[in-house]
Amino acid sequence: MSKGKFGVHGGQFVPETLMNAINEFEEAYNRYKDDPEFVSELDFLMREYAGRPSRLYYAEKMTKDLGGAKIYLKREDLNHTGSHKLNNCLGQCLLAKKMGKTRVIAETGAGQHGVATATVAALLGLECEIFMGKEDTIRQALNVYRMKLLGAKVNAVETGTMTLKDAVNEAMREWTNRVSDTHYVLGSVMGPHPFPTVVRDFQSVIGREIKSQLFEKEGKLPDVVMACVGGGSNAMGAFYEFIKDENVKLIGCEAAGLGVDNPKNAATIANGTLGIFHGMKSYFCQDEYGQIAPVYSISAGLDYPGIGPEHANLADTSRAQYVPVTDEEAVCAFEYLSRTEGIIPAIESAHAVAHCIKIAPTMDKDKIIVVNLSGRGDKDVAAIARYRGENLYE
Amino acid sequence: MSDIKKAFENGKAFIPFVTAGDPDLETTEKLLIEMSKNGADIIEIGIPFSDPIAEGVVIQEADLRALASGTTTDKIFEMVKRVRSEIKCALAVMTYMNPIFVYGTDKFMQRCSECGISAVIVPDTPFEEKQELAPYCDKHGVELVSLIAPTSHDRIKMIAKEAQGFVYCVSSMGVTGVRSEITTDIGEMVRLVKSVSDTPCAVGFGISTPEQAKKMAESADGVIVGSAIVKIVAKYGKDCIKPVCDYVRSMKEAIS
Repeated sequence: MSKGKFGVHGGQFVPETLMNAINEFEEAYNRYKDDPEFVSELDFLMREYAGRPSRLYYAEKMTKDLGGAKIYLKREDLNHTGSHKLNNCLGQCLLAKKMGKTRVIAETGAGQHGVATATVAALLGLECEIFMGKEDTIRQALNVYRMKLLGAKVNAVETGTMTLKDAVNEAMREWTNRVSDTHYVLGSVMGPHPFPTVVRDFQSVIGREIKSQLFEKEGKLPDVVMACVGGGSNAMGAFYEFIKDENVKLIGCEAAGLGVDNPKNAATIANGTLGIFHGMKSYFCQDEYGQIAPVYSISAGLDYPGIGPEHANLADTSRAQYVPVTDEEAVCAFEYLSRTEGIIPAIESAHAVAHCIKIAPTMDKDKIIVVNLSGRGDKDVAAIARYRGENLYE
Repeated sequence: MSDIKKAFENGKAFIPFVTAGDPDLETTEKLLIEMSKNGADIIEIGIPFSDPIAEGVVIQEADLRALASGTTTDKIFEMVKRVRSEIKCALAVMTYMNPIFVYGTDKFMQRCSECGISAVIVPDTPFEEKQELAPYCDKHGVELVSLIAPTSHDRIKMIAKEAQGFVYCVSSMGVTGVRSEITTDIGEMVRLVKSVSDTPCAVGFGISTPEQAKKMAESADGVIVGSAIVKIVAKYGKDCIKPVCDYVRSMKEAIS
């Protein structure tokens, strides 16, 4: 029986070699997720190590400048390691340790998930190996060094487009090579069941905090919650708590690269078709024969040809809306937020900021938008400088 | 009796794999015809995929060469259909779930049937997801090959009970590719299959030498070789027919 379905999406499309490992992971997750000791250990790390709860910040200058809806920023960029990725890594690595695993492997695009995995591996005393597309090791050289500093081995993947998709391929291949002592810390709400569910659950702390923090400040629910979407973990984490609150509009911002009509984009909901890849049925950018397309975005973290299965289902049911945002729009938003609020966002998160800049002025002043600021932008400064024609290298 | 079952009647079966379209489809066409005359009992035709997650670097590169030469699923089917009568052995297709699903699983199996392809092997679709394929395979009389791996343990009987064609025993952990040593207890895997099913067992992953093939054939009903052949194709390009056939003959002799 196919498991882990979201509408028609999801499932467990992996080689037989991995089936016992993912079944074992699912059993461990079900055993520990409500175990008081596990929950309190994770809570402790989330609070004392990651710095949760992250702030929900009223962006007053931005709100006044745009002249419409009231804008709040969920400051996941203030987490230890600088992004939301740590939430999932703490959960999965703690689980891996309970399962008796001594080694973790992970894929990374922008390097944020790789850094978060390497960080928790260092903390919990696990051996760590990261797979990163060679193209991304160049775009995000600083994060490569951070991972090495944290004691991880970084493998530059030289197959395919040498980006996130290829890093996932290689991490999966490595997992089939060594499953007995190794857990694959998948970094997004994608891959075979139970990963989309487990990662969403560990990230759902974002939405729960948004709800209670906003209730404290405004005494009501937000009108819009928005986030950038590659695989979709920060968006799923922000959305999940609000799915049942039908009046809260959920918006995922996809990377449109040079534009949705240009082949150089990564907007999966806009351009993708139904497929089965990387362990899941979902939408993928691909050709008529099911060959996966070489996608592109300025943002290494969104440069992925697929999307998590739960997002695919939220799109099918129109519960969430997915919009494309181009490189140029994201870079402008990156600069805008830096200048206006003194917050340099990750170029990934800047895709959500860009859409907020578009819609906030069209909304009434009593409406509230929450933008999930999934990561900080220090890692992107050199790349943005180059995009703007400055010859800056790290 | 199915073509696949029949292929196991001729002593131990030798099952070579080639990536269709590497370096081009004309070469693949010649390879299919000539390998079938030189000891192949079943040929596994690989339909190239952009992201073959179960393959090692040798077959990954073959897939990319094939796609770069303009190979498509339709062109492969057309070629096989045209020369099927000249191929003197059973045929199976090996590819990933996405190329089948996006082509249309029903249409894909129909085309297999029309082209005289008896079985499909889909390494990223485990037992739990077989409903994605099985109804269409049954409808068009194409057998769905099941894979078992060194990690399968208690899953082997469950998988073997519903097996069709042959059971593909994955000899080693990891991806496809030549290995100097195979340490898995293949005999035990085969015994577990045989305890619930009379479906033949063929061993693949990592086998390249006649000695390895002979050893594997002691406990299994057939031997599958992929990367070692793809390496010869990579080395000789369009001139690979003779060296590949010499190799196929030597492997069939080793297990006979």
